[in-house]
Amino acid sequence: MLQLLWLIPAIPFLGALILALAGRALSRRMVASIGVGSVAIAAAISLAIVPAALALPAPYTQVLWTWIDVAGFRPEIAFYLDPVSLLMIVVVTFVGFLIHLYSAESMEEGEGYSRFFAYMNLFVGSMLVLVLADNLLLLYLGWEGVGLCSYLLIGFWYKDASNGLAARKAFIVTRVGDTAMLIGLFILFHTLGTLQIQDLMHRASAHWAVGSPYAIAAAALLLGGAVGKSAQLPLQTWLPDAMAGPTPTSALIHAATMVTAGVYLIARTHVLYTLAPQVQFAVAVVGAATLLLAGFSALTQPDIKRVLAYSTISQIGYMFLALGVGAWAAALFHLMVHAFFKALLFLAAGIVIDALHHEHNIFRMGGLRKELPIAFWTFLIGGCSLAGLPLVTAGFVSKDLILWSTWTAPGGGPGFWIVGIIGVLLTALYIFRVIFIVFFGTRNTPVTHRPRYRITVPVIILAALSLVGGLVKTPLLAFLHNALPALVDARTGSMTELSSAIVSGLAFLVGLGFAYLFFIRNRQYADSLMASPTARLLHAFWLSDWGLDWLYDRVFVRPVVWMATINRRDAVDSVFSAIAWINLSAHYALSRTQTGSLRWYAAVVGAGAVIFAGVILLT
Amino acid sequence: MVLTFYVAAAIAVICTGLMITRLNAVHALLYLVVSLLALATVFYTLGAPYVAVLEVIVYAGAIMVLFVFVMMMLNIGERAAQMERAWLDPKAWIGPGILAAILLAELVYVLMAPAGPSGFGGEVGPKDVGMVLFGPYLLGVELVSMLLLAGIVGAYHLGWNAPGEVESLYAMESSQQRAVISGDLVRAGSDRPADTP
Amino acid sequence: MLGLIGLLTRRNVMFTLMSLEVMLNAAGLAFIAAGARWGQADGQVMFLFILAMAAAEVAVGLALVLRLHRIYKSVNIDAASTLKG
Repeated sequence: MLQLLWLIPAIPFLGALILALAGRALSRRMVASIGVGSVAIAAAISLAIVPAALALPAPYTQVLWTWIDVAGFRPEIAFYLDPVSLLMIVVVTFVGFLIHLYSAESMEEGEGYSRFFAYMNLFVGSMLVLVLADNLLLLYLGWEGVGLCSYLLIGFWYKDASNGLAARKAFIVTRVGDTAMLIGLFILFHTLGTLQIQDLMHRASAHWAVGSPYAIAAAALLLGGAVGKSAQLPLQTWLPDAMAGPTPTSALIHAATMVTAGVYLIARTHVLYTLAPQVQFAVAVVGAATLLLAGFSALTQPDIKRVLAYSTISQIGYMFLALGVGAWAAALFHLMVHAFFKALLFLAAGIVIDALHHEHNIFRMGGLRKELPIAFWTFLIGGCSLAGLPLVTAGFVSKDLILWSTWTAPGGGPGFWIVGIIGVLLTALYIFRVIFIVFFGTRNTPVTHRPRYRITVPVIILAALSLVGGLVKTPLLAFLHNALPALVDARTGSMTELSSAIVSGLAFLVGLGFAYLFFIRNRQYADSLMASPTARLLHAFWLSDWGLDWLYDRVFVRPVVWMATINRRDAVDSVFSAIAWINLSAHYALSRTQTGSLRWYAAVVGAGAVIFAGVILLT
Repeated sequence: MVLTFYVAAAIAVICTGLMITRLNAVHALLYLVVSLLALATVFYTLGAPYVAVLEVIVYAGAIMVLFVFVMMMLNIGERAAQMERAWLDPKAWIGPGILAAILLAELVYVLMAPAGPSGFGGEVGPKDVGMVLFGPYLLGVELVSMLLLAGIVGAYHLGWNAPGEVESLYAMESSQQRAVISGDLVRAGSDRPADTP
Repeated sequence: MLGLIGLLTRRNVMFTLMSLEVMLNAAGLAFIAAGARWGQADGQVMFLFILAMAAAEVAVGLALVLRLHRIYKSVNIDAASTLKG
């Protein structure tokens, strides 16, 4: 059974290939069957592998072939199955399958149906390669593949130029991170001589002491890559604009899977981070800062998908925070749960958007509670899971674990914990803002379209998972601790896990209360709050993602554009043009001596004779 | 003897100078003839009587006569004098003058190099020339005769006037022709309009 | 020298030819002088050759002048400049 491991990424690739080559010629049904079916098969295989994988005494490696063999550098195409990658492939394929099923119906109206599924399958295949990769080079291949698909899918509706711009922005910003990661790979190979992950970890802990500069450099550079791909500070500016893509894309790539690749990378190379405590601390700081920043930004957004985008950034901030304090398993647990409820939120938002004929602005929606019951209930469940409704939702369990870890971990402390609690409050506030505005109140836009079973079934399944997903916490953590180091409780002090949970639950209720106050009871409170100029300033500031876009534009984009404009004549190329120009000028000059006048020729001959004789005489 | 040499040489040079500055072509021809005769005298004083006579007979006699005939055939007349006046302004003499002056300087410089014993040798009579001609230079004589044959044939062919020749093939555009004939002063150089690169 | 000047300056083709004759004569003179200097007959022989060549050249040249005159209707030597490149 385990031999089927290679099929898991291979089948989506095959699906992508078929659809790319022959997709135009196939019927819609056919395209949907291939597109959804390939991911379904991959999901089935990964679920089938689970029993066998659980029984494994040691991680399983399946080598397909040797990729490069040069001077001792020998990366192979090999897949590595251990608890971490097993968790990832189950999440990716299963959530991916549900999203593909959803998009089979939701993308039906537009054009480019087969192109969409080709890209999506390519994406799933690349993500699986990334997750199953045995060595960092293969992981980088998957990394680049998902980056490419992200670009392709954000700019899917290419006829609108702004989509292309958003896609370019995503690609370029993540490229910055990718370059950092590549340099990190170079350093790792140069100093340790291998890129095979397990090998790398052993050699690193053997050769490098804690705090060694190589470890710090490599870990920091890999962090750079993770920050770019997972849209954390300072490279998070691309994710809100990436919402220009279709909703299933946002659900799959920008919520559930690709943006979690950074988290996966850090978890995989955790040895490097334990060897470089400063960098690990930086990871936690990045996570904490990002979760606050994104939370504030999410409060102000009028576009429903942008709210969810900032929400994603914020939740991944939680994961980074967990990684930063050493709670590796907790971060991955939250990753799984986040995949469920974030995909759910996006898909439910997609239902609302499609139903109102592509309306994104929440202030133009309203009172949809009765019209779209499925969307309402599933969105509500997803929102509660996101914010962490105590006890019943999976989100509560995973987020709470993270908060508790920040308190007890040796790398953590009360500061991080408080940041996390504030994050809970913000999360509850912004998501219930959306829920109350969209689903309650008076209806502003009529409903034109209702979903059918291919849409409703996935969202219901995801809703169920968002609720019960927390039940697997203990066995999952035990399972993951086979591969990842467990967290050592360093300080317990005045807090117990229960009291931490109570405080976070209270934070949730406070946020919910505020949202209720502002958006259900009396909308006037919100208006009066906005009346003061400082409030307006803050609002504008948070709306523009804390001014980072403006900053990057001034610091990076403008100088480069200025340099390109100055060099419009292309200084380097002009050297070569000069050669041609010299030749042409000489030609024109010389052809003027061809006058056809006999006297002129005779004069030239005479002059030549004079010069010649002069030269002879003088030498 | 030496005096004769100098006088004749001076006459030759002066006549040539006059010749190239005449407006009327026939006057120039006459001056040329005088110059050639003076040159023949120079040859005689250098001790080459055979060549002197040859110069008079062939050069001044036959070749100059040819020139005169052709001049009369072209029959340009008064218009030519006007054209010449228009063509010859002092500016036109400058360039060639400079060129020739430099050449002259180089020549004089070469000649001023210390030479061997000067003074004339004896006279070289016709008999000696004849002996050399039929001796070592026999081949040259034959070649010269062939050259003369080629000259005859060529001149005959070129001068032959077939009825209704196609002259228009070689004619240039009329405007340019008119400009040229009317005698616009064109500098020694291109009169082609400049192309844009 | 003078021949060269005349050749370059005058536009009447007849003058061109006459100047050419002058130059040839000058060369011939040099030969004669050289021959007289060393008392050999070779100088005169050279002059003979030059003379013959000049005669042939005059004949052909004048025929060409007649041709030119028929076509261009002018004795301006700048008229025949179709070689212009």
